[in-house]
Amino acid sequence: MGNLAIRVDDIGKQYNIFKENQYMTLREKIVEVVKSPVKTLLNPTGSEKFWALRHVSFQLDHGQVLGVIGKNGAGKSTLLKILSRVVEPSEGMAEIHGRVGSLLEVGTGFHPELTGRENIFLNGAVLGMKRTEIERKFDEIVAFSEIEKFIDTPVKRYSSGMYMRLAFAVSAHLEPEILVVDEVLAVGDAEFQRKCLGKMSDVASEGRTVIFVSHNMSAIQRLTHECIILDKGSMVMRAPTAKAVDYYLTNDLSSSGERIYTTEEIPSSAHPFKPVAVRVKNKAGCTTDSLLSVEPLTIEVEYELETDITGLRVGIYLMTSQGDYIFTSFDTDDPEKFQSHGVRKAGRYISQCTIPPDTFNEGRFMVGINASSYRIKRYFADERAINFNINPISAPGMHWVEIRHGPIRPRLDWRIEEIH
Amino acid sequence: MTTNALSQKKKSNTVLIQPSKGWVGLRLRDLWEYRELVYFLTWRDIKVRYKQSVLGIMWAVINPFMTMVVYTIFFGTLAKIPSDGVPYPIFSYTALLPWILFSSALSVASRSMVSSGNMISKIYFPRMIVPLASVMSSVVDFFIAFIILIGMMLFYNITPTIAMLWLPLLILLALISALGVGFWFSALMVRYRDVGYLMPFVTELWKFITPVVYPASMIPEKWRLLYALNPMTGVVEGFRYALLGTSQSLSLPMMLVSSGIAILVLVSGLFYFRRMEKQFADMI
Repeated sequence: MGNLAIRVDDIGKQYNIFKENQYMTLREKIVEVVKSPVKTLLNPTGSEKFWALRHVSFQLDHGQVLGVIGKNGAGKSTLLKILSRVVEPSEGMAEIHGRVGSLLEVGTGFHPELTGRENIFLNGAVLGMKRTEIERKFDEIVAFSEIEKFIDTPVKRYSSGMYMRLAFAVSAHLEPEILVVDEVLAVGDAEFQRKCLGKMSDVASEGRTVIFVSHNMSAIQRLTHECIILDKGSMVMRAPTAKAVDYYLTNDLSSSGERIYTTEEIPSSAHPFKPVAVRVKNKAGCTTDSLLSVEPLTIEVEYELETDITGLRVGIYLMTSQGDYIFTSFDTDDPEKFQSHGVRKAGRYISQCTIPPDTFNEGRFMVGINASSYRIKRYFADERAINFNINPISAPGMHWVEIRHGPIRPRLDWRIEEIH
Repeated sequence: MTTNALSQKKKSNTVLIQPSKGWVGLRLRDLWEYRELVYFLTWRDIKVRYKQSVLGIMWAVINPFMTMVVYTIFFGTLAKIPSDGVPYPIFSYTALLPWILFSSALSVASRSMVSSGNMISKIYFPRMIVPLASVMSSVVDFFIAFIILIGMMLFYNITPTIAMLWLPLLILLALISALGVGFWFSALMVRYRDVGYLMPFVTELWKFITPVVYPASMIPEKWRLLYALNPMTGVVEGFRYALLGTSQSLSLPMMLVSSGIAILVLVSGLFYFRRMEKQFADMI
C-alpha cells in the first residue's frame, strides 16, 4: 500500500489550568505584585499543568474514515486541533500527507454585518478555498443552503436555522484530501442534521480521508469503519467501529449518568423533602448516560425525608432535548401503591422505575423530577435533572441509513398480507 | 504516470507537526500562499467599518479635517507655533494624513489578534495575516482623506514638485512602522490585555514626539538624529517635503535613521510574533 495519509507519533499536549483566588481583593493583589513582581509576571494567574492528551499514536491511510470517541474532556478536540494545526503539540510529532481541511466549527469568520453572499466568500477563504474555487461552487453552495432569497441580506437578520444551513453549506463544499470534523452535526434541527449526515456520508464514500469526532454513536456507526477511543487524554483502543462503540458503551467511558444534589441547590421550600441524586442505569445496573434503545433502562431518584410526609408522590418527566414532554409518571400511580404508601416515614429512600426496551428513538433525552403531595404541596421539582443518550443499535429499521422522526421507536408487530 | 504525479504532489504537501522551541523561522512563503485570505480579511474590515454609520466613508475625511481645524485655531493662531512658512492649516493637514494612517493602523492591528480570537482558535492560517490585513484596511481612509489635501493645495496655490514621487515610499514607511509595532503589541495583548488600556496613551504621547503640530526645525540641530529614531518623524517631515517642498530640517541621514528603525522594529516584531504564535490558540 504505502498510501499513508496521517501518522501520529506519541503526541501529547499540556495545558495550564488557571486557578484564580476568588477572595483576593484588589489591595491584596497589588500587595502580591509588589512583594514578588518576578513571580507574578512569569506566572500571572498561578497556574497548574495537566496533560490533555498524551502518548497517542496511530496511522491512517488515504481513503479511510476514522472515528474518534470519548467523553467530554477525553482529549478528542485537542487531538483535532493539533492535526489541524490550530494548536501546537507539547511533545511527539505528526506527519500529514495532503491538504487538510478542518471543520472544528461551522461558520468560522462569519460576520453578522455582511450579507450571505459576502460571508460565503469570506468563510470560504478562511477555510482555505481559492477565490476561483468559491466562484465555481457558489451556486451549488447557495442551493444546498436553501436561502436563495436572502443571499443579499446581512446574516444578522437570519434565523439561527438559516445561519447554520449557510455555514454548513460552505463547509460541506470544501474539498481537501483530508477532512477533520468535530461534532458539527450536533447543531440545528432534525431536518438539517439529516442533510449534514447525508453530505458527510457522501464525502466518506467518495474515498476521502476523514477523521470524525462525535458523541453521537449512531452517526459514528454510519460514517466510520474504524474508531479510536480516548479516555482522560490516552488512547484506550483502536478497533472496528462496532467493537469500539460496544466497548465504549459497556465500559462506562461515557458520561456519568448521575446527578447529585448539593445542599446549596436545594431551596428551603423543599423541606422536609431532600433530593440526594438522580441516576440512569443500563440493563447491567451500571450508571451511565449512554444507553441502547433495545435494552431496558432504569431511572432512580434517591431522597431523604426529614419528617414524615402524607400522600407523597415522587415522579419523573421525560422530555426530548427540545423540551417537549414525552410522558410523566409517579411512583404511586398504581392506586394500590398509593394506599400502601399513604404516609412515608422520615428516612432515606430510592424510587426506581424501569422503562421497557424499544421505547426511545435515537437522541438525547431529558429527565425532570418532581416530588409533591397532590393538591397540597409541591416540595421539589427539577425540570432538567439529568439527560441521557440513546443509541439505536439493532433497533427496528436500522438497516436503512436515515434519521427516523419522532422521539419514540417502538418495535411493532407488522403483518404483511396479500389480499385478493 | 498519473499515480506517480499524484504521489509527487502529495509529497510536496506533507506537513510535519511538532513542538517548536524558542525562535522560529518566519515562513513568509506561507503568507504568500494565503494572500487571498489577506485580501478577504482586508475587504471585510473595510466593508464592516462603514456598514452601519450614517455618514459612512465621510468619517475618513471628517476626522482629519476637524482635527486640522482645531489645531489651526489652538496651535496655529493662539499658540503661534511656526509652520515652516506655509499656512498652518495645510502644514498640519499634511502631517495629520500620515499620522492618522499610522495611529489608526496601529490601533486596529494591536487589537486584531484578540478580536479574531474565535477564528484563531478554530482554523489554521498564518497568524501574521491578521495584523497585516488590519493595517491594509486603514489605507482606504488615507486615500479618501488625501482628496481633501489636493483641494487644499489648489486653494493655497501650492504646485507639487517632482519630490512628490517620494510619496509611495513614505506611505510604505508609515505602514511598515505601524505593522512592526502592531506585531509587537498584538502578540503582547494576547497575553496581557493591559496593553489595550495602554494603547491610547502611547499613541497620544507618540504624536507629540512626532512633528505633527510643530515643525521638526523647532528641534535643535544636534538632537535631530536622535529625534529621527522615531520613524514617524521621517514619515511626517518627508510628507511635508514631498508635498509642500518646505521642510527646512529634513536631511538624508534623518531619513535613513527613521527607515532603519522602522525596518528593525518590523523584523523584530515578526520574530517576536512568530515566537509567541504557538501560544495564541491556547491563551485567547
